[in-house]
Amino acid sequence: MTDHLLEIDGVSKGFPGVQALSGVHLQLDAGEVHALVGENGAGKSTLMKILAGIYQEDSGTIRVNGRPVHIDSPRTAQNLGISIIHQELSLMPDLTIAENIYIGRERRRGLGFFMDDRDLNRRAGALFDQLGISLDPRTKAGDLLVAQQQVVEIAKAMSFDARILIMDEPTAALTDSETETLFGLIRDLRQHHTGIIYISHRLEELTAISDRITVLRDGSYIDTLATPDTDLRHVIALMVGREIKGETRPAVPRETRPTALEVTGLSTKSLLKDVSFDLREGEILGFAGLMGAGRTEVARAICGADRPDHGDITVHGQPVKIKSPSDAARLGIGYLSEDRKRFGLMLDQDVGFNISISSIPSYTNAVGLVRDNQVRQTARHHVESLKVKTPSIAQQTTNLSGGNQQKVVIAKWLARDCDILIFDEPTRGIDVGAKEEIYDLLTTLADQGKSIIMISSELPEILRLSHRIVVMCEGRVTGVLDNADADQEILMDYATRAGAHGGMTV
Amino acid sequence: MKPVETAERTPEAGPEAANGGATLGTSRGFLRKQLQQILAFASLIVLVGFFALANSNFLTWSNMMGILVSTAVIGILALGTTYVIITGGIELSLGTGMTLSAVMTGVFLANLGLPLVVGVLGGIMVGAFIGFVNGFNVAILKIPPFIATLAMMLIAEGLALVISGTAPIYFTDVPGFTSISQGTLIPGVNVPNAVIILIGLTAVGAIILNKSVLGRYTFAIGSNEEAARISGINIRKWKILVYTLSGAFMGIAGVVLAARLNSAQPSLGVGYELQAIAAVVIGGTSLQGGKGSIVGTLIGALIVGTVTNGLRIMSIPQEWQTVIIGLVILVAVYTDILRRRRQS
Repeated sequence: MTDHLLEIDGVSKGFPGVQALSGVHLQLDAGEVHALVGENGAGKSTLMKILAGIYQEDSGTIRVNGRPVHIDSPRTAQNLGISIIHQELSLMPDLTIAENIYIGRERRRGLGFFMDDRDLNRRAGALFDQLGISLDPRTKAGDLLVAQQQVVEIAKAMSFDARILIMDEPTAALTDSETETLFGLIRDLRQHHTGIIYISHRLEELTAISDRITVLRDGSYIDTLATPDTDLRHVIALMVGREIKGETRPAVPRETRPTALEVTGLSTKSLLKDVSFDLREGEILGFAGLMGAGRTEVARAICGADRPDHGDITVHGQPVKIKSPSDAARLGIGYLSEDRKRFGLMLDQDVGFNISISSIPSYTNAVGLVRDNQVRQTARHHVESLKVKTPSIAQQTTNLSGGNQQKVVIAKWLARDCDILIFDEPTRGIDVGAKEEIYDLLTTLADQGKSIIMISSELPEILRLSHRIVVMCEGRVTGVLDNADADQEILMDYATRAGAHGGMTV
Repeated sequence: MKPVETAERTPEAGPEAANGGATLGTSRGFLRKQLQQILAFASLIVLVGFFALANSNFLTWSNMMGILVSTAVIGILALGTTYVIITGGIELSLGTGMTLSAVMTGVFLANLGLPLVVGVLGGIMVGAFIGFVNGFNVAILKIPPFIATLAMMLIAEGLALVISGTAPIYFTDVPGFTSISQGTLIPGVNVPNAVIILIGLTAVGAIILNKSVLGRYTFAIGSNEEAARISGINIRKWKILVYTLSGAFMGIAGVVLAARLNSAQPSLGVGYELQAIAAVVIGGTSLQGGKGSIVGTLIGALIVGTVTNGLRIMSIPQEWQTVIIGLVILVAVYTDILRRRRQS
């Protein structure tokens, strides 16, 4: 048996409450592009962070050129020739390309006090020649296009003599022609016997660039396939797994109900392209899509947290302008962020304060002073009806569990009389039992006539609760489906087809 | 120093009663919220006791009134800025803004000869306007509070000198003006009006902070501005109001100071802002925002006044008094940090 460039053998990693990886395998050979795919939370980034030396594996073996290694720090990873190109580029815009590449490794002159810029530019130039890159090393990184910055990041990785290159969604921000340029560079690197692990949500790309595909699901190794012999539908089926049947789906369609919210042509310069959909009264409208598809951006635009560049919004038939969250709240639209601690709660304040803060002007007396009795009454009422587990409304919210914190945010919007609620990942960071409670609560709220948008990356959750489902990919709506017409594979198919399914299938 | 020991020996409330009974949780929560105030008050008592033992002239009626009168100006400044600090901001133009308000009061009353009430209200309005501009710069132009109010500190200082021609404006010809600070409103009880104003403003300030929508939003903005915004609170409007309110307190402090000195001193004022901020912090208001109380600030101001007065009575030189006030601030803030760390 010949030694692989990199061999990951039965690697497992657990965090408190969750097994992120269990017994994952992957072999990477020199001159190979090996694609790593899986849904959000499948364990790709955990695996990547283990290779980068940010996390350490609990069990299993990693071999580089046949030698078992223990990657205990980013420095070790670097010494082993492992380099990672992160999704978020990290060049310093005010430094030149050459300075960015060799930062911390500059040759010094004059008692180590001065930079040797000439040497820096010469070395960068030589590196670019070797990689066939035509960029001037003296250009400021901030003046480069995203694709060019990507190239510089790759050159930086190669300057560390990287033999193993890990690329995380490298094409996420690239245009088609830029993607082609990047692929050209990747093919060159392959010629130079570099091994590349390629992570991407754009499955069509894999056919163009990868040699093999390894699929992860829920932290487990599923299969490795040779790309030329593989149908992408099969890859999708492996990614989502067999659907878990038996979970209830909402039975009654809400098509006959009046429209609560209508969004037309919502666009932003950075991401959203012509997003249109409608939400009926008493409906749960699921928003499916992969990370970065633009679902949160849509939510933030509707609730006034961000200002879109184009687009019209109608609430209960009335055209409205939403310039700020206070406009949205006045119209009865409440937003529940996936990041409750940052956008939802005042953690060092108590439960009653948090529940009442959005509706406080409605509790004032003639002189403008807050009637604390009424505040407490309202807070207690919501704590009881939503079954928030807290010793009292005077408890600091920071001491509550994730599920109960979520209920406090819900209570805040109910106290404000909001009838359009936008939930962004309502069960993220909430344990299984509490999830069920949140599901029941969402269903109850919809039955009471509240209109709900539910953004979720968990397809079973979407399928279980939504009456209809909007699927997004790269800032566009790629499909609007009735629940009855949807399953995980269909949703995943729409979620990975940027532009391919341009029209809406209502 | 004594305050530290008091603080460190205070037993913690014990593990958080997450599953405990409602009443228990409530009373403990209440105690915990008031702890910094209770500590500050205990420190004040200890300080008074210490100085009383050290010097027999300390604990006399006239000296006590002297402390209160000298605390009044810094106390009023501190009350107003408590709101700003609870929102997570800072207000550095307090001292010179107060001076500008005093100078303008002098212009209105002594130079223009306007009626007393009009001149006094005008002076207060000048303070409120300075606060409004600060609020506008912070909330609308998004200039960091430190920079915005530092710039205003210089602007107000310069304007006060320009307008007054660098010379003090005397109120000798304005009948009744000095009695704003020096007179006694309550017949028979020898408490100067400056002290009564301080106490009255404390009451008003506490009601606004604890009972009004403005107060509730002040805490909300300081706890988590982004969450407050998403909750539908118009952050810009309320921040401007908070700074304007602080400015109005600053204007009142200017009037009280001028009435006490019977003159508007254009070069006086720098340094008051730091003493006022010190009083706020000693009183348990967090510079990170989201936490604080008006009563705490009053106690903080009294601590600053007491230490200054006590050290003077003990004939400790002015320079060393400043050093010791600095140390008191360090101790007070560190106590608060210790308490938070143990809590989490």
